[in-house]
Amino acid sequence: MTTTLYTSDHEWLAIDGDTATVGITDYAQQQLGDVVFVELPKVGRALKKAEAAAVVESVKAASDVYAPVTGEVLETNEALAAEPALVNSDAQGTAWFFKIKIADKSELGGLMDEAAYKAHTA
Amino acid sequence: MLAHDQDSLKRTPLYDLHVSLGGKMVPFAGYDMPVQYPAGVLKEHLHTRTQAGLFDVSHMGQIALRPKSGKVEDAARALERLVPQDIVAIAPGRQRYAQFTNADGGILDDLMVANFGDHLFLVVNAACKEQDEAHLRANLSDDCIIDSLADRALIALQGPKAEAVLAKFCAEAPGMKFMDAGPHEVAGIKCFVSRSGYTGEDGFEISVPAADAERLAKMLLDNPDVLPIGLGARDSLRLEAGLCLYGHDIDTATTPVEAALEWSVQKSRRSGGARAGGFPGAEKILAHFDGGASRRRVGLRAEGRAPVREGALLFADSAGGEPIGKVTSGGFGPSLSAPVAMGYVPVSLSALGTKLFAEVRGQRLPLAVATMPFVKNTYKR
Repeated sequence: MTTTLYTSDHEWLAIDGDTATVGITDYAQQQLGDVVFVELPKVGRALKKAEAAAVVESVKAASDVYAPVTGEVLETNEALAAEPALVNSDAQGTAWFFKIKIADKSELGGLMDEAAYKAHTA
Repeated sequence: MLAHDQDSLKRTPLYDLHVSLGGKMVPFAGYDMPVQYPAGVLKEHLHTRTQAGLFDVSHMGQIALRPKSGKVEDAARALERLVPQDIVAIAPGRQRYAQFTNADGGILDDLMVANFGDHLFLVVNAACKEQDEAHLRANLSDDCIIDSLADRALIALQGPKAEAVLAKFCAEAPGMKFMDAGPHEVAGIKCFVSRSGYTGEDGFEISVPAADAERLAKMLLDNPDVLPIGLGARDSLRLEAGLCLYGHDIDTATTPVEAALEWSVQKSRRSGGARAGGFPGAEKILAHFDGGASRRRVGLRAEGRAPVREGALLFADSAGGEPIGKVTSGGFGPSLSAPVAMGYVPVSLSALGTKLFAEVRGQRLPLAVATMPFVKNTYKR
């Protein structure tokens, strides 16, 4: 049973136990436009909440993706290196960025559920 | 705050059309301009390379230089006091690329100059147009009437289908060659048409009275081969074509020689030429021609997939050392599906194939000096 939460910076996290799968929202990919490059964190990197963890680049600009919670990077989505455009076609599915081991579950308290995120982007 | 900023932005005569086409409007050079339409930068870029794209470039300045003597050669001679180009040699119906230079040999703006028979027609950058006009008034008023054509829009139609599309409205269009320019009727509207552009593709720029601009744009867009194109794709297209963006790749601190624009300075204005010098900064610019400059604008291709953008510092080695130069324009080239950039490097490191490194987010990414244009141009010569 997974729960999906959202940040005000337009990342989503699918929580499964003490692991979170992180990506950017469909709203974010629409704002960015055509994604041409994604830079992912190294597996094993210890991320602090709100630290720049990944970079997503459109034709025009580069944008940071922030760590939504503190924790260690467990896995990254290698498919994005070969096909960055996946972020446009399936942002909240196969185009996940990385998986992180949640260090402190209390950090999840400040995140939004789907309804709150919808209101945030309305 | 935001509302105030938007209120102060100027609009081109095609503003309502952009909004109705779903353009994403952003501030650019004091104007509220479409950065992209729903198709997106990538598709807009590729569509221009394979079909045709319509660009609103009405924010650019259009200026007529009318000789007080009535002889266009007098306007040409006067303008030669401000640019290192041979303006006298521009035949009626032809256009040439030029730069306004300053006393230090730097570039104040780059522009197009056309000979319309009885006067010269100039197209200058949006961000510089007021300064350019003041510069012309201060220096050429004895010889010319400087007539700012603020009541005209400028529409670019670019791409391999541009000729066929424009031919339906302008019988003379197919007969024009690259850099031909003159007054022509388009759909019965009195326009100035030039066969030129800023994409590396064959195409046209059409100066049209503001009141007729939307009607003309809609007629051109009615053709299924034509998509509206925003500033995003305009930038990626010109970057692939190796064309300079003023304020980025050229500015008051770069001479035309450093900028690798020697081709734009005719022999008649260089040392030993019939009208050598006589433009601002001639001493420095001619010294650069004769003795070489120490740095040079070059094309850069990255080995990896990460775009290397404006401002990235360039290094000779993968670690250590001082920066040897800087990227002035860079991004992803949709036609190449790879990063492309241009920047300034020491002449000693400017040879094709020279391996360099660009610092991006703390990492040094390998790249190499490469031929420009990155994408072969398709001008109809």
